[in-house]
Amino acid sequence: MADFKEISPNASAGAKLTNWFENRLPTAFDMYKVHMSEYYAPKNFNFWYIFGSLAMLVLVIQIVTGIFLVMHYKPDAALAFGSVEYIMRDVPWGWLIRYMHSTGASAFFVVVYLHMFRGLLYGSYRKPRELVWLFGCAIFLCLMAEAFMGYLLPWGQMSYWGAQVIVNLFAAVPFVGPDLALLIRGDYVVGDATLNRFFSFHVIAVPLVLLGLVVAHLMALHDVGSNNPDGIEIKATKGPNGIPLDGIPFHPYYTVHDIFAVCMFLMVFSAVIFFAPEFGGYFLEYNNFIPADPLQTPLHIAPVWYFTPFYSMLRAITGEMVLVLIACVVGGAVLGVTKFKMPTLFKGVIVAAAAVVIAMMLSIDAKFWGVVAMGGAVVILFFLPWLDYSPVKSIRYRPDWHKYLYGVFVINFVILAYLGTQPPSAIGERVSQVGTLFYFGFFLLMPWWSRLGEAKPVPTRVNFVAH
Amino acid sequence: MKKVLLTLLAALGLMVGAQANTGGIAWDKAPDRTNDLAALQNGAKLFVNYCLNCHSAAFMRFNRLKDIGLTEQQIKDNLLFTTEKVGDTMKSAIEPRQAKEWFGANPPDLTVIARSRSAQGQGTGADYLYTYLRTYYADDAKATGWNNLAFPNVGMPHALWELQGKRTPVYETVSEHGHETHVFKGWEQLTPGTMAPEQYDQAVGDLVSYLQWMSEPAKNTRVRVGFGVMLFMLFMTFIAWRLNAAYWKDVK
Repeated sequence: MADFKEISPNASAGAKLTNWFENRLPTAFDMYKVHMSEYYAPKNFNFWYIFGSLAMLVLVIQIVTGIFLVMHYKPDAALAFGSVEYIMRDVPWGWLIRYMHSTGASAFFVVVYLHMFRGLLYGSYRKPRELVWLFGCAIFLCLMAEAFMGYLLPWGQMSYWGAQVIVNLFAAVPFVGPDLALLIRGDYVVGDATLNRFFSFHVIAVPLVLLGLVVAHLMALHDVGSNNPDGIEIKATKGPNGIPLDGIPFHPYYTVHDIFAVCMFLMVFSAVIFFAPEFGGYFLEYNNFIPADPLQTPLHIAPVWYFTPFYSMLRAITGEMVLVLIACVVGGAVLGVTKFKMPTLFKGVIVAAAAVVIAMMLSIDAKFWGVVAMGGAVVILFFLPWLDYSPVKSIRYRPDWHKYLYGVFVINFVILAYLGTQPPSAIGERVSQVGTLFYFGFFLLMPWWSRLGEAKPVPTRVNFVAH
Repeated sequence: MKKVLLTLLAALGLMVGAQANTGGIAWDKAPDRTNDLAALQNGAKLFVNYCLNCHSAAFMRFNRLKDIGLTEQQIKDNLLFTTEKVGDTMKSAIEPRQAKEWFGANPPDLTVIARSRSAQGQGTGADYLYTYLRTYYADDAKATGWNNLAFPNVGMPHALWELQGKRTPVYETVSEHGHETHVFKGWEQLTPGTMAPEQYDQAVGDLVSYLQWMSEPAKNTRVRVGFGVMLFMLFMTFIAWRLNAAYWKDVK
């Protein structure tokens, strides 16, 4: 514990008050220093570095608007749809709160996708920031659960059938599937029981986990320090005072930076809320203005845009595609056994494992492998720190063709997202199958391709142009 | 990096695609009169007289009509048929069970019908309703005697038939690539309605504008507030930009 500090009786009232608190809650003052005024962030952050703060802003917006929505919303299958319209019509400024929350959900995914892409570009997941990345991936997973369960609450047709389709996917799990789906729904179809438990998870359980993970994410980040667009460890070059030469205190420098970014973000955010809250049917789907009807399946069920890349991958796994995947497993096993030197026992294990996987693929329905692909597409992100073998972190010093590869990765992701919004078609299926292979190939072959090519020399100090 | 961003933008452009057509003819563009109080009042009158008998607007309160310039007394005197209290929601008098028996389906609630019927690549919900209410035709093959071009085999009879009269579509046989297809050419009036065709279109335009307004009564407020918010945010962004520049100007 810090020593009690006396202050001169002639000090100003403000100084006395600060002193009073500092003696009684020194931790708060230490935290302020560690995380704000004496947290040295690299001074060369660019545009891509605002999305972390923005994600936090959106989280706060979602929590605050959520609190007000819960005051008027009724988690009851007979009343839910009407209570949302009640909020939109009879609650003073209810429409604003509701649009902030619905737009906030999409905005959350926009900023989080950009935030994750930034990490990919500059190698922010690499040693010593693996935990920062892992916590981040866990946040993304929570966010998906949060969004999925929140989307059921307005109890429109898309809410209902989207939940029905996704929960039914769990029924594809061998042996326990149907019971698992029953456990999630609490009924044989999506119904009042489902709505109540999703409401509970959406407003209490998942947000609590989410907040805890955000704290862990930030603590891990501030312990190791931020990465930067050059991918250089600024702590390697410190001045005589022990402060990194390329570092700058987070407060006030990055707080004013972030305030500027927040203002620009809020301009776009408000423009959507006030002038296009449905966003052409992408943020609020038109079908969701029809109350849920368990007896009438919509012609075309599509998840909200932020889930569509993964939904595409789910739909891509057909019986044919499973054969392609089996060929990939065979190819991988043959390559592993012939190319690498290892004890015979190891080789035997690889061959046996491949044989088991192939046997499972042949015996279990393709729908289940679709679910595995959809889940795997998210889970694979967790392994990124151990897949990347490039000698440099930042895209800036990687071979030029890496940039194109990342470009193709983004375009592929957007195409998958687009196809996920569309009704199934023969061409769309083929394209999404190629896209799915590319998505997984990008990660699974990363240990190989990330080593290829000549990395450019990395400077010892960051590139910084004075503003 | 710029290249990546540009390709991203180009890919986003691809996303503005058309979504599957649900059947029926292409939609006409509905006039937007959601700011025209006289049109909205006329639309409300038509709605209460012709729609509210079978359809509800269960989330819309009568007294919200004050927003389109009616007084409470006017609402009470002219528009309250099914209820006594001006604070009540618009409930129809029909029994859901009877409705199901008569029309094969329960008439849907109309509160947010204009929002729910939008479709990407086809038009807004208002466009759909404007087309739908103007493309009824006499069809003896149907139990109700009515069919619709925008909603083939519709269960609802033509509620506005007195205004529009009876019509039948005229088709032309076109031979294309060796196939013979029927193409809709126009209408033939069988019996006149109380309104001339142009008058009828105007009335339906008012009614649809009312439905559009009712689907989101806060819309005009929303847009008005939006301009204020945008101005404020512009100002704040300018301040934040200068603040940022002031702090960073000494960082070398």
